[in-house]
Amino acid sequence: MSEMVLLGDEAVALGAVHAGLTAAYAYPGTPSTEILEYLVRHQQQHGGPRAQWCANEKTAYEAALGVSFAGRRTMVAMKHVGLNVAADPFMNSALLAINGGLVVAVADDPGMHSSQNEQDTRYFADFARVICFEPASHQEAYEMTREAFDVSERFTIPVVVRLVTRLAHSRGIVTVRDARPENPRHKTADKMTWILLPANARRQWRSLLDRQPDIRRYTAASPYNTVTANDSRGLGVITTGLARNYFFENLEDLPTPPAHLHVGAYPFPADAIRTFVGGLTRVLVLEEGYPFVERALRGIVPPAVAILGRESGEVPEDGELNPDLVRAALGLPVRAGVSLEGLHLPGRPPQLCAGCPHGDSFQSILSVLASFTDAIVTSDIGCYTLGALPPYNAIETCVCMGASVGMAKGASDAGFHPVVAVIGDSTFLHSGVTPLLDAVASDTPMTLLILDNKTVAMTGGQPTIRRSSDLEGVVRGLGVAPDHLHVLEAHPRRMAENTEILRREVNHRGLSVIIAVRECIETVKRGKQEKTAASA
Amino acid sequence: MKCDIILSGVGGQGVLSVSAIIASSAMQEGLAVKQSEVHGMSQRGGAVLANLRISDKPIASDLIPRGTAALILSMEPVESLRYLEYLAADGTVITATNPVTNIDDYPPIESILDQVRRLPHAIMIDAEKLARQAGSARATNMVMVGAAAHLLPVPFATIEHFVRTLFAPKGERVVDINVKALHAGRSAAAAS
Ligand code: SF4
Repeated sequence: MSEMVLLGDEAVALGAVHAGLTAAYAYPGTPSTEILEYLVRHQQQHGGPRAQWCANEKTAYEAALGVSFAGRRTMVAMKHVGLNVAADPFMNSALLAINGGLVVAVADDPGMHSSQNEQDTRYFADFARVICFEPASHQEAYEMTREAFDVSERFTIPVVVRLVTRLAHSRGIVTVRDARPENPRHKTADKMTWILLPANARRQWRSLLDRQPDIRRYTAASPYNTVTANDSRGLGVITTGLARNYFFENLEDLPTPPAHLHVGAYPFPADAIRTFVGGLTRVLVLEEGYPFVERALRGIVPPAVAILGRESGEVPEDGELNPDLVRAALGLPVRAGVSLEGLHLPGRPPQLCAGCPHGDSFQSILSVLASFTDAIVTSDIGCYTLGALPPYNAIETCVCMGASVGMAKGASDAGFHPVVAVIGDSTFLHSGVTPLLDAVASDTPMTLLILDNKTVAMTGGQPTIRRSSDLEGVVRGLGVAPDHLHVLEAHPRRMAENTEILRREVNHRGLSVIIAVRECIETVKRGKQEKTAASA
Repeated sequence: MKCDIILSGVGGQGVLSVSAIIASSAMQEGLAVKQSEVHGMSQRGGAVLANLRISDKPIASDLIPRGTAALILSMEPVESLRYLEYLAADGTVITATNPVTNIDDYPPIESILDQVRRLPHAIMIDAEKLARQAGSARATNMVMVGAAAHLLPVPFATIEHFVRTLFAPKGERVVDINVKALHAGRSAAAAS
């Protein structure tokens, strides 16, 4: 046994290694990125297990399925919206007889620190009828991940570990235990449990439903679901995951500690909850994310018990929890901090780094489109989304990975011209390739501008799945006309000629693609530092 | 004993590395530590906030409740005022006086420093100058760690030892500069 200081993400990663992981896959996405980053470093230092960045969450999930089919333990990591991309394999894999343990580590981002929405992965786990663990501490993140592999194999289902930003990106101490060896290769014995033809799928679905009582018995008995029966004076508190910490933070200020039930493993223990609320008049539900337990409670708790939470307004319906919101929900006076009368501070939103190559591309777009009144500029997920803010105000949409390309096609079909789609190299390879095929098929009058900064910049500079020099070949291979495919250097000294090329292609009544290449300033800097460090 | 610290600054200033040095020193003293960080979009030149909690008892929340922080340690003056609601009535603000003016509506720096002066317990440090004197502007963060040292529940020697270990791989010169910067910060805070 030894102690380590780890991010919540890293605790999950190490838990997987010690559970006998053979291979892990991911696409970077805040706040989940550090799970695979840790595993990549671990592989470099120890020679294994295999840790690999993938084109997107769906391909990552499918690689993991292959490992499981072959009998070995595997993990796939992603942010909450990444699970939307991987939803197809995820939902279907619940019907498979999972062979080697398959753990799906998903980091939600309540409060949307770095995301487009705050969807709650517990719904997805419930949707798929699989087990979900929700750690409240770094130690639990480690332990639950280890256990997730065991129960994945025991119930032959994928198992979800749900993190939230505050745990994923918080550092704490973890006591680690001895590692379990990897599984030997052992191919799934009955392939019919992996061929989801309707006849098989119906059987597998029935089997999954038949396993539910056992699954519920397992989580009901789990030490991660606990009840503390205090003299409650009518109030009980149900916490899930991290909310327990905020509850404990305020506990000593409460005159009498309320009865407390905590949920760390789902399906949540319905019988225990029914018993728990038995003698209560009010129950306050504190959970990070959507009112998942609160809603379910309304179906199983007698109407005499008042259910308080996000839906009833005791806790805000949206946004991240914190100790102060929980304090207010518990009826404690909120503490004032220091204030300076008349103090007015300017906001400081994030912005492109000084000298960022994207800035040059935005300038070209602005100068070309200045002469049009009917232009549309769609964009996508990455540092370049900051082109929405001053000084550029250059883009008009940001929806989901790859959407800029399909939306540009739609906007063009709807009669707009010119239409420019702006997407990063990594986002393009993640989900922009297939919509570009649609545009190729109908030679849609639109210009796709691929901002190739040679890295996945927003999440900290992970490698893209193909080298920058391969990108042109990828685009040409999709069938984009060579005359309307250009590779430029996105540099201020080339501004005039780049703008001219963009102007020409914007005026072309067909599909054109421009790849604007220059490496991200941050990775250039880091590369230099690493070089100096290596030579020192 | 508990010591809750709000660390603030602008993305790219190294707020996380300051937090890491203090946290690691506290852990070496056998204290419980929780450190909540920001990754992702706000690191691109935006306002950055980290919560660092140190205690001799187990810590529940990763986030510091309002009105309870003993210290706001800021790498930038405007950012030192952004999170005052978290500061305890008897808490201290320690800030570098060097502005990062990457926004159009950045107020005149004197007006911001005047606001800092209005606080009951404020320490202002010309961190950049002290770092240069120590040998490199890159040691600015180390000046700020030094300036906060007297409020940390960790002996100065432990912090210094940790800084030495941290920079040892980069050579003796870099170690010297950073240790000098650490001391300069401490003296400046004592003199203010
Ligand atoms: S990290 Fe790179 S791509 Fe992102 S804004 Fe900075 S320079 Fe541009």
